[in-house]
Amino acid sequence: MEIEGIRILAAAIMLSCAGVSTAIGFAMLGGKFLEGAARQPEMVPVLQTKLFIIAGLLDAFSAIAAVMGLLLIFT
Amino acid sequence: MSSEHGQTTGEYIQHHLTNLTYGQHADGSWGIAHSAEEVKEMGFAAINLDTMGWSIVLGALFIILFRLAARKATSGVPGGLQNFVEYMVEVIDNIVKESFHGKNDLIAPLALTIFVWIFLMNAMDLVPVDFIPRFFALFGVPYMKVVPSTDPNITFGLSISVLCLMIFYSIKVKGFGGFTGELLFQPFGKNIFLIPANLFLETMGLVVKPISLALRLYGNMLAGELVFIIIAAMLPLWIQWLPYFAWALLHLLIITIQAFVFMMLTIVYLSMAHESH
Repeated sequence: MEIEGIRILAAAIMLSCAGVSTAIGFAMLGGKFLEGAARQPEMVPVLQTKLFIIAGLLDAFSAIAAVMGLLLIFT
Repeated sequence: MSSEHGQTTGEYIQHHLTNLTYGQHADGSWGIAHSAEEVKEMGFAAINLDTMGWSIVLGALFIILFRLAARKATSGVPGGLQNFVEYMVEVIDNIVKESFHGKNDLIAPLALTIFVWIFLMNAMDLVPVDFIPRFFALFGVPYMKVVPSTDPNITFGLSISVLCLMIFYSIKVKGFGGFTGELLFQPFGKNIFLIPANLFLETMGLVVKPISLALRLYGNMLAGELVFIIIAAMLPLWIQWLPYFAWALLHLLIITIQAFVFMMLTIVYLSMAHESH
C-alpha cells in the first residue's frame, strides 16, 4: 500500500476511536447524572456544574485525537 | 466557497490553518511568510502576527469593557453592562471561595481574566470562517487565522504562565525546603532509596499539568474550527447556514465549557500549590 493510503487509514482509525470513546464516555456520564438526579432531585444544580466540568475534561482527549486525525488528512 | 478561487478543498482548508507569520526568510531578509514552506524555513524565531494581534485586541476589549463598567458603577439602578459585569465577578468569586482553600488575593482576578479572555478568544470561532480573512485579503494580507486559541503558542503560553505561578506560590507558601521536600519525598514517603522514584513521579505530575491544559483547549478549539471550515469548503453556499447554525449552537456550549474548565483547573492547581502536606 502506498503512503497516502496508509495515512488515510490511520486517520480513519483515530477518528473512529475518538468517536467511539467520547460516545461511551458521554453515555456513562449522562446516565449516571440522570440516576443521581432521580435519586436526589435537590442535588441537581450542584451535579449539573460538575457534569459540565467533567464533560469538558472528557471531551478533551477525543477532541485531540480527532484533530490529529483531521490534520493527518488535510496537511 | 472553494471553487471560486480555483483552490482544491485541501488547499482551502490548509490556507485557513496557516498563521500569518513574520520572521527571517531563508535568504536573511525579514518579512511575512507567503507559503507554508516559508513558515517552515523561519523556524523558531518567528512570530504569528494574527494570533498576537487578535489576542491583544480581545484582551484590551475585556479590560476596557470591565473598566468602563467599574468606573460608571452606580448604587442606583444599574444598567445592562454593570449587571453583566457584577454577575460575572460574583459567580467567579463564589467559585474561587468554594474551591480555593488557601489565602491569596490574586486568584479571583486571575480566574476572571482567564475565563473572560479565553471565552472571547474562543468566541472568535463563531464568526463565519471567510469573513475576516477575506476582509484582510483586500489589503494584501495572505493568511489570517482569527481564533487565537487554535494556535498552540497561545494555549501553551497561558498554561506555562500557570505553571510558573504554581511553582512561585509553592515556594512562597511552603518555602524552598518545603517545595523540594514535596518533590523528593511526596508519594512514597521519606526514604533515601525512594528519592529517584518520588522525584520522577512528582516532576512528571508537574510537567503533565500544563501540557494537558494547553492541549485540551487547543484540541477542542481546532476541532470545532475545522468543522466550520469543512462546512464552508464542502457544501454549496445556499445550504451552509443550516449546518453552520446547528454546529454554532453546540459550539457555543463547548467554548464556554472549555473556558470554564481552564479556569477551574487553574484554581484547583493553584489551590494544590498552597496546601502543605
